[in-house]
Amino acid sequence: MIFKADLHIHSVLSPCGDLEMSPSAIIAEAKSKGLNIIGISDHNSTRNALVASKIGKENDIFVLCGAEVTTKEEVHCLCFMPDEKTLLEFQNFLDSKYIFFQNDPDKFGYQLVVDEEENIVDQIDTLLINAIDCGIEDLQKKVYELNGIFIPAHVDKPRFSLSSQLVFIPDNLKFDALELSKHAEKNNFLQNFSWFSPNRFITSSDAHYIPDIGTVYTELEMETLSFENIRLALQNIKPR
Amino acid sequence: MLLKDIIEKLELKVLNLANENVDVKDAYASDLLSDVMGKSKAGQIWITLQTHKNVSAICSLKDLAAVVIIGNGQPDPDMLEHAKEEEVCVLSTPDSCFNICGKLYELIK
Repeated sequence: MIFKADLHIHSVLSPCGDLEMSPSAIIAEAKSKGLNIIGISDHNSTRNALVASKIGKENDIFVLCGAEVTTKEEVHCLCFMPDEKTLLEFQNFLDSKYIFFQNDPDKFGYQLVVDEEENIVDQIDTLLINAIDCGIEDLQKKVYELNGIFIPAHVDKPRFSLSSQLVFIPDNLKFDALELSKHAEKNNFLQNFSWFSPNRFITSSDAHYIPDIGTVYTELEMETLSFENIRLALQNIKPR
Repeated sequence: MLLKDIIEKLELKVLNLANENVDVKDAYASDLLSDVMGKSKAGQIWITLQTHKNVSAICSLKDLAAVVIIGNGQPDPDMLEHAKEEEVCVLSTPDSCFNICGKLYELIK
């Protein structure tokens, strides 16, 4: 079966995420766009992912729980965890790597943890869009130690990407796929950065606003939906 | 000015010595590796806070005279390893980017 996956969506926990991006609103939009799998990938925090996963289960949307982490090189990477226990462990890891900088919601936006009914249950103090004190290889090792999925984000973008920050893919870096932004075809990324081929690529929306969700997606082929099958499906994407 | 004289005058810490007799006339300061890849020129000293192995790779590809890591930054172990293999000169300074650039400008411009 083919499943439609948009693995890069920000909620109200990301300062740049629109205040309409509650987990319940994200799931409703994903459903209306015909998506089967979404990734909740807030900047440097996983704290809205489980709520989204719970609402997703009730609505037939499979939610990959994780975060879009900013490494010390300022490369954005999607990191997803297989279950609640590893997600908590990953969050503890992130907590230990923050370089504290007080968020000013007027300047950067609110960083809200919400529940199923969209009640605000917490607000994160440290600015989540900053780099954490961890290099990209060490982050990848941590993700794999926890049996997670690791995908360097929007590798074609001229900022906060593997190509902008490090130019080359470090030879000891492992990943399940590389993500292209929705503009990658237009900017001929793979022609200009030929050394990024051949690899397995996904495309996601990097949605910060409700209408962005599912505007691009990746088709993943598997029998039944599970974290493990998603990992395998990523590995079966035809390289280009 | 010869790289070895610059090292001495600016009291740069030598993490891997190479190219010490190269005559340096210019430098480039940037923390975005893609920018350095595109705009730096052979023979320049590169000033950055980045410490990833790819810094060393770009130094050797672009034939840069040396990289100076600011703020006492420590190169990642595999960066130093690569620098040794490829004979890339790696230096460091406790100075900020602004200050080391100013001192170097005084010296060679």
